Amino acid sequence: MSKHTVTIEINGSSFTREVDSRLLLVHFIREDLQMTGTHIGCDTTHCGACTVLMDGRSIKSCTLFTIQANGKSLTTIEGLESGGKLHPLQEGFHEEHGLQCGFCTPGMIMRAVELLGKNPNPTEDEIRTGISGNLCRCTGYVNIVKSVQYAAEKMKAEVA
Amino acid sequence: MKELKTSAEVGGMGHSVKRKEDARFIRGKGNYTDDVVLPGMLHMDIVRSPYAYAKIKSINTDKAMAIPGVHAVITGEVLKGYNLHWMPTLMSDTQMVLPTDTVMYQAQEVAAVIADDRYIAADGVEAVEVEYEPMKAVVDPFKAMEKDAPILRTDKEGKTDNHIWHWETGDAEKTEQVFKNADVVVEEKVYLPRIHVCSIETCGCVASFDPAEGKLTVWMTTQAPHAIRTVFALVAGHVGLSEEKIRIISPDIGGGFGGKVPIYPGYVIAVAASVVIGKPVKWVEDRSENLQADSFARDYHMTVEMAASKEGKMEALRIKTIADHGYTDAAANPSKYPAGMFSICTGSYDIKTAFTEMDAYYTNKPPGGVAYRCSFRVTEAVHAIERIVDVLAKKLGRDPAELRLQNFIQPDEFPYKSALGWEYDSGDYPRALKLAMDKIGYEDLRKEQLIKRSKGELMGIGICSFTEIVGAGPSKDFDILGIKMFDSCEVRIHPTGKAIARFGTKSQGQGHETTYAQILAEELGIPYTDIQIEEGDTDTAPYGLGTYASRSTPTAGAAAAKAAHKIREKSKKIAAHLLEVSEEDLEWEVGKFSVKGSPEQSKTIQEIAFAAYTNHPQGLEAGLEATHYYDPPNLTFPFGSYICVVDIDPKTYAIKIRRFIAIDDCGNIINPMIVEGQIHGGLTQGLAPALFEELIYDEDGNILNGSLMDYLVPTAVETPNWETDQTVTPSPHHPLGAKGVAESPTVGAPPAIANAVIDALSHLGVESMGIPITPFKVWQVLKDKGLAA
Repeated sequence: MSKHTVTIEINGSSFTREVDSRLLLVHFIREDLQMTGTHIGCDTTHCGACTVLMDGRSIKSCTLFTIQANGKSLTTIEGLESGGKLHPLQEGFHEEHGLQCGFCTPGMIMRAVELLGKNPNPTEDEIRTGISGNLCRCTGYVNIVKSVQYAAEKMKAEVA
Repeated sequence: MKELKTSAEVGGMGHSVKRKEDARFIRGKGNYTDDVVLPGMLHMDIVRSPYAYAKIKSINTDKAMAIPGVHAVITGEVLKGYNLHWMPTLMSDTQMVLPTDTVMYQAQEVAAVIADDRYIAADGVEAVEVEYEPMKAVVDPFKAMEKDAPILRTDKEGKTDNHIWHWETGDAEKTEQVFKNADVVVEEKVYLPRIHVCSIETCGCVASFDPAEGKLTVWMTTQAPHAIRTVFALVAGHVGLSEEKIRIISPDIGGGFGGKVPIYPGYVIAVAASVVIGKPVKWVEDRSENLQADSFARDYHMTVEMAASKEGKMEALRIKTIADHGYTDAAANPSKYPAGMFSICTGSYDIKTAFTEMDAYYTNKPPGGVAYRCSFRVTEAVHAIERIVDVLAKKLGRDPAELRLQNFIQPDEFPYKSALGWEYDSGDYPRALKLAMDKIGYEDLRKEQLIKRSKGELMGIGICSFTEIVGAGPSKDFDILGIKMFDSCEVRIHPTGKAIARFGTKSQGQGHETTYAQILAEELGIPYTDIQIEEGDTDTAPYGLGTYASRSTPTAGAAAAKAAHKIREKSKKIAAHLLEVSEEDLEWEVGKFSVKGSPEQSKTIQEIAFAAYTNHPQGLEAGLEATHYYDPPNLTFPFGSYICVVDIDPKTYAIKIRRFIAIDDCGNIINPMIVEGQIHGGLTQGLAPALFEELIYDEDGNILNGSLMDYLVPTAVETPNWETDQTVTPSPHHPLGAKGVAESPTVGAPPAIANAVIDALSHLGVESMGIPITPFKVWQVLKDKGLAA
C-alpha cells in the first residue's frame, strides 16, 4: 500500500497526515481527524450523509480518496457555527423541525449550504431537486424544504 | 384541540416546543454507534455467501490470517467450540450465528475477519477461501409448500416439510354460512412484497469485553436494549456472561423503524470476538449488506374475500394468507401472536363475522418479518381491508367514500368489540373521513374526474380509512420470549427542583427527550427545559421492552404520568408539613399545592423538592423519586382517513401524486409539531412500497436490487408536499388520553395510493394492481387490454 503525505484544510485548520492511497476522504475525516459529524449511510454514493464542501462545492466524501483532497479546503458540519452563532441552516432545521434521527442532517445541511450559495431565492421545486442527492428516511422532506426556505429568508435579511 | 393546561414556559402537553435533542444533531455532535472509538479497538468485516442455498465444503483462512494486521478469522467451527454457533430468534425459532455446514440465503454470514482497521478487515474478507456446493434454492413459498419440495430446515430433527406455523382466528363455520347466503361476494388477491426499512444509519456495534472485570459493554444499534441484554445473558450465560456483567448502550440511533429490534449475527460475532481476543471490536455493516441480509418486512400473500348485502352492508370478511419468513422466523411479534396484530383486519367497519387463517413457510431468503413501522402486521391487515372495500364499491357501483360511511363503526358504539376479539377503545370514523373529504374537495374532484375521463385523461382518487392497534401490551396476553410488554419510567427530582427521568424505551428520532419531558411538565409543572431525559443504557435505565409498534407513548408515556402522580402524592405530604395543614386541605394545580379556599397559601413543586432533601417531615423518607412500571389495561386504537389524488401521464405512465390529505386521530397530542413530523415521515415510508420499493429475487435466490443503486428510496423529488390535519378522540384508558401516532401513516398511505392509481384506470377495466405500482406496470396492464402500444 503506497503512502502519501497530504495537507488538507478543514474548517479553517490545516492538517498534514500520511495516508494510504486507498483511504476514503470520509474515513480520513471521521477516523483520522475524529470529526464524526459527517456520516456514512451507503456504499454507492446515493444517500448523501457524507456530504461536505470542498472548495465551496458540495461533494460526497465517501466517493473521493483522501489524496484527491490534497491541497483543498473542506468545510464539514462542525465548521458551520461561527463565534457561537449557528448558521441560518442549522437554525432553520431546528426551528422548522427539519430533522428527526439526525443521521442525514449534517449532509443535508452541507448540501443546502451550496444550494443557497448558488441560488439565494430557490423555489420549492428547486430545493427539492437540489437536495435529491441526499436521502432522509424520517421527515418526508416537507420540513427540510421549510428549513431551507427559513434559512434563505434569514440569509437575505442578513445581507440586507 | 383541547385547552392547554400549562404555560409555554412549562411546555406541557399540546405545546409545539422545539426539540431538545436537535442541539447536538445540527452541530454534528450526535453520538451514533459508528462514532464510538475505544483504545485498541479492532474492526470486523464479514464474509458472506454468494449462494442462496449451498453446502460449505471447506473454509480456508490461511491467506487471510497471513495478512499483516489480521488478528482472527471467526468461523462457525470456532463458535461451535463455545456452543455459540446458533441463537434463538425473538419468535423462539433458531438462527445460525455462523454456519458450520450449510448456508441458507444469499449474503448470509459465513465467517468474520477481525483486523486493525476496516480496510485490512476487508482485505481479509477477500482472502478467506470458501468452497461451496450449490443446491437448488426454494425461493417461492408456494413452491416451498409443494409435497416434493426439498426440506430446508434439516437442522430441525423430524422436520418433514417447510411449514413453520398455522394460525387462525374467528369463526370459520359462521363465516362460510354468511358467504353462502350473501347477495354479493368479492375477492381480491393482495400481495405485499418484501421490503426493507432502510434506515439511513445501518446496523452495527462496538463490543468491549473487559477481561479483568469480566464485564461486557456493547454499544449497539438497538431499539430494545434491555431485552437484548436478557437474551445475551440467556444465550451466553454458559460462557460466563451473566446479566449483571452485561451492559447494553443504545446511543443515538439513525432511524430504526423495526429493523433494529432483531439480534443479527454480526452483533453476536463481534461480542464473541471481543471476549476471545480481549479487545474492543467494532462492526458496522455496509448499506448493501444491510439491504441484503438484515430483516425484511411484509412478504404476505393474501386472498381477501368480503360478503355483503346488495344494499352495501358488509357482512363477513375472510382472509387466507401465505407468509414467507425466509430461512427462519425472525419476526419480533409478541409470543402469542405469530401473525402479530393481523386480526385488526376488520378495520374501521362494523363487520359482525370474520375468519382469518395463515400459514408461514421457510424459503431460501433472509430471515425476518419485522414490524416495519407498524404494530406487528397491521400494515398488511389494513391493506387487505382497504383494498377489498374498494373492490366491493366497484362491484356495487357505489362511491367508495359513501360505502365506507355506510359501514363505519359509529361513534356511540365504543368501546366496540370486533368480530376477531379486540375491544376498540374510542373512535369517530365518520368525522375523520368527512373532514378529509371537505379539505380535499371530494365532490368536485369526482366531477373533474368525469370530465377528464371523457377527454381520455387519467386521474384517480383513493381513500383509506384505517384503524390501527398499538401500544403492546397488556401483560396477560403480551410478552416477548416470556418478558411482559410493560414499560417503565424512573423520575428523580433534584433539590433545586430540576429533574432527570429514565425510561425503558429508546428513541430513534421520535423526539423522546422532548416529549417525555413535556409529559412530566404537564403532570408536575416543572418546565420541560428543567427535565433531562435518558434512555438506552441498561446500567442506569429501568427495564423496558423498547421502542417499536408505536408503544412508547402508550406504555412508557403512561409510566411517566403514573410516576409523576407518585411524586405528587409524596409532594402533598411534604406540602402539608410545610404549610402546617392536613393533606385533605390541599389541592393541586399545575406546579403547586395550595390550601383550598386560600390559594395564597401554597408551595411550588420546586419548594417541595428542596424540602424533600432539607426539611422532610419526620417519619417520611427523604428524597423525591418515583418509578412506575406501566402495564396497559388495553391496547390503543389510533385511526384516520387519507385521500390521495393522482394524475397519470398518458404517454409515459408516470404517476404523479397531485394531492394527499392525511387526517389522523391519535388521541390527545403531546407535541403537535413532532406529531406532524412523524406523519410526514410515515407517509413517505408508505409512498415507498406503494410506488417504488420491493426486494426482488430471481429463481436461484439471487437478490437483484441489493443496493441503493436500484432499491428505490424516494427522494425529495418523488415525495409530494403532504397535507395533514387531525381530529382528537382521547383514549379513555390511557392516563394522558394519548394513543401513539408514528406508524399510522405508513399503514394508511399504501392502500390510499394504490386505490387512487387503480381508480384512475378503473373505467378502462382495470380492477386490481399489485404494489409497487410502477409506470411499467401501468403500461403492462393497459397493453394487455390493447390500450397501449
